[in-house]
Amino acid sequence: MDHNPAVEHAEVLVVGNGMVGHRFVEAAVERGLPERRPLVVVGEERHRAYDRVHLSSLFDGTDLAELTLGRDGLYDAPGVRLVLGDRVVALDPGVHQATLASGGRISFGTCVLATGSSPFVPPVPGTGAAGVFVYRTVDDLAAIRSWATGCRTGAVVGGGLLGLEAANALRLLGLDTTVVELAPRLMAVQLDEGGGRALRRHVEALGLHVLTSVATTEVATSRDGRAVGLALADGRTVAADLVVFAAGIRPRDELGREAGLAVGERGGIVVDDTCRTSAADVYAIGEVACHRGRVYGLVAPGFAMAETVAEHLSGGEATFTGSDTATTLKLLGVDVASVGDPHAPGAEIVVADEPQGTWQKVVVDADGRVTGAVLVGDTRPFGVLAECARGTITPPDLLALLRPDGGGTAPLELPDAARVCSCHNVACGAVRAAVRDGYDTAAAVRSATKAGSGCGSCVPLVQQLVNAELTAAGRTVATGLCPHFDVTRQELYEIVRATGIRSFAELVDRHGRGRGCEICKPAVASIFASLGSGYILDGEQAALQDTNDHFLANLQRDGSYSVVPRVPGGEITPAQLIAIGEVARDFGLYTKITGGQRIDLFGARIEQLPQIWARLLDAGLESGHAYGKAVRTVKSCVGSTWCRYGVQDSVQLAVDLELRYRGLRSPHKIKLAVSGCARECAEAQGKDVGVIATERGWNLYVGGNGGMRPMHAELLAEDLDRETLVRSIDRYLMWYVRTADRLERTATWQRKLPGGIEFVRRVVMDDALGIGAELEADMARHVASYRCEWEETLADPSRLERFVSYVNSDEPDPTIARVEVRGQRVPASAGVG
Amino acid sequence: MSMVSAVDRVAAARAGSEWTRVCPASRLTPERGVAALVDGDPVAVFLLSTGELAAIDNRDPCSGASVLSRGLVGEVDGAPTVASPMYKQRFELRTGRCLDDPGVSVRVHDVRLDDGFVVVRRGG
Repeated sequence: MDHNPAVEHAEVLVVGNGMVGHRFVEAAVERGLPERRPLVVVGEERHRAYDRVHLSSLFDGTDLAELTLGRDGLYDAPGVRLVLGDRVVALDPGVHQATLASGGRISFGTCVLATGSSPFVPPVPGTGAAGVFVYRTVDDLAAIRSWATGCRTGAVVGGGLLGLEAANALRLLGLDTTVVELAPRLMAVQLDEGGGRALRRHVEALGLHVLTSVATTEVATSRDGRAVGLALADGRTVAADLVVFAAGIRPRDELGREAGLAVGERGGIVVDDTCRTSAADVYAIGEVACHRGRVYGLVAPGFAMAETVAEHLSGGEATFTGSDTATTLKLLGVDVASVGDPHAPGAEIVVADEPQGTWQKVVVDADGRVTGAVLVGDTRPFGVLAECARGTITPPDLLALLRPDGGGTAPLELPDAARVCSCHNVACGAVRAAVRDGYDTAAAVRSATKAGSGCGSCVPLVQQLVNAELTAAGRTVATGLCPHFDVTRQELYEIVRATGIRSFAELVDRHGRGRGCEICKPAVASIFASLGSGYILDGEQAALQDTNDHFLANLQRDGSYSVVPRVPGGEITPAQLIAIGEVARDFGLYTKITGGQRIDLFGARIEQLPQIWARLLDAGLESGHAYGKAVRTVKSCVGSTWCRYGVQDSVQLAVDLELRYRGLRSPHKIKLAVSGCARECAEAQGKDVGVIATERGWNLYVGGNGGMRPMHAELLAEDLDRETLVRSIDRYLMWYVRTADRLERTATWQRKLPGGIEFVRRVVMDDALGIGAELEADMARHVASYRCEWEETLADPSRLERFVSYVNSDEPDPTIARVEVRGQRVPASAGVG
Repeated sequence: MSMVSAVDRVAAARAGSEWTRVCPASRLTPERGVAALVDGDPVAVFLLSTGELAAIDNRDPCSGASVLSRGLVGEVDGAPTVASPMYKQRFELRTGRCLDDPGVSVRVHDVRLDDGFVVVRRGG
């Protein structure tokens, strides 16, 4: 063991702070990993991770702060340390140590290589001249910008994605710019000849010059060593005061090579499906990794790898098994999309309007399957084509799909036999039949047919089918959450989960309209909270919360609030009882025992809430989340500890369950209970989740509730051991959180599912949808990231500012008046008597 | 009240009410309200994401509780609204009209920025 103090230790060392390295940090923090295994991140640039894909926007009025990735404070999270402007220069996987350019050394438990790639500069004379640049980093752009002052002409070597981005940058700097491409067309990898032609037409219309099928042989230089142009293989020359090489990228795998890690034939550090390299405890992700012989130059597969490793290091079982390269983007203002392999041999369907600059080609194989597609100028059919290429739907009438009025979707054209959901093998006809049977929202159809309840990728298509069928039948399409969102809560949940959007403004801008309302705002806030986005009152989230969540207390009829500390399992010490009593006495609060075995303190004014909670926290109590649509209580009987009839320790289990699920936000409140024997004193069968002890283990009941329409819970499984019990509850609750409608309790949700409890059993107990591990991981993340919201609030004085009755006066709210009834103070307005 | 111009004072005198300084503009959260005392009356003041300010009675006529400042801000046909946190009736912030109960409305008050402060003057 090396005890040299000069050696810093990182449980997890992340080498590289580019887009993928950053995504890994985000994914790790989401899972609470750094608190258990501290992270050190080493990035060689002076800047924190930024959006490299949109670099040229820096010349279009965007500043670096807008491109910077991750929320503020991400790198200040506990257990995360970011080192910028330094570089790992050597790696020794054997002794688990890395050496920095600055001379420091870091020992590590696990190392994640995310070094990305470097621009490829062809070995031609003159590339060392002043005025020759590559296009990769913010510093590259700064150098280009500063050199461009006084320049008139520019040239970019490379007409791919990166080259066109670079050309756009030079155009925005006001240079007369020429793009030189070795291949016969622009974006040769992603586009076919016609697509390249359409793109070229757009690019040239912007004033850029394009030369294809020609190699660059030399950078011509002046006597004082400045670039003046390019010499080309066909003898032509291009005048350029500034030259950018963007002719491809190479994985930055030197560290791995020198450390003896296995490297792919064409570069890239070889990784397996968990992104582990040939050395134990060393992983590689993103453009530096070579997975199944392939190096991905796109950011999406890199993100998937980052998620995989974060999940893996958090104890999960995720794998990366490859990624398809279907992609759609806007390049120089032109919509461009590519699906599958557009160069594969096969029959082609082409719809083009070359004067208008549109080109759409679909390639189908001998069996009629879509194997590739190119779309330039009009990418609306991208979604359907990507699904076809993935095999999730069988091809519709492709020609109709591509026609200008096809709208890119044409779900009506899909034959009844066409498969829409491959996870559950649901045909379009089944979806249409469900609509005709009276299921009139996508969510209802999903419950009825299971279409879209697997990976979720066909949800938009299902929505279109439902809408089309409703319209055809002359029925109203009313699927939306509210006038601002046309999608349901479940769809919104999937969107937030898939896109990572954590801002209401961005969500309503991209997936809705207008400014939002009292329906969608709290629904979205709840989704953000379920997916773990930190303190619920930070920044914009504060404006989304219902008054209860906004003041972390329950609004009462006179405008005052009530306060409920958590009493896990209903078990409370005499000292805590006394503390609660003293707080109630000192603040003049009315006290009542709740149905969930806790104590509710009524009548607090807003400005009293922080003072009350300071006292309660001091007594070791914490927020009970009575104010939230969230897990409330786990009620229990006294169990085998005292009771003559108890067969299991129901109190211990109830306490453990409550501490596990506390704070989980959900479509509606969730109540649980545990009974220690079949006498059922805890009334578990009237709860969302009820557990009843047996001689051999625990019986699990789900989907019960009290309230206006009492429902008995249904038996899900019998005689479970504790581990299986907890896993089953994890899955059940997370599945509900993910798929229920707004304000829909488990009882309604469960009974709306096709097959009801039988279906729940297959999904929760038998993992029939294959989502069990995902649901458990989501719950593990929630458990790891739980914080008492009142502790968080009191820890930051700036969060206390909102707790006043009036912003311009210390006067207590005079409208809150009290009279005494049965020895306690109640609202004067209550109409006593 | 040195922040308030002579013109405003004249206007205020005519309306029978002075401008009351409520809080620095930075104290407001976009799309959220605060309560303030204006000439002894509770007033709810809102900042919208468009930068527009609005002020109405804080008292919710449907419940009788002084709570409208704590409602969620929304939008109905482009017009900003607040939904009472008590029983969810929506009020138009510009007119005070209750959208869910035609017979009910709240008073609308004048509100504007003055040298970085929000100032309110009671309406009729």
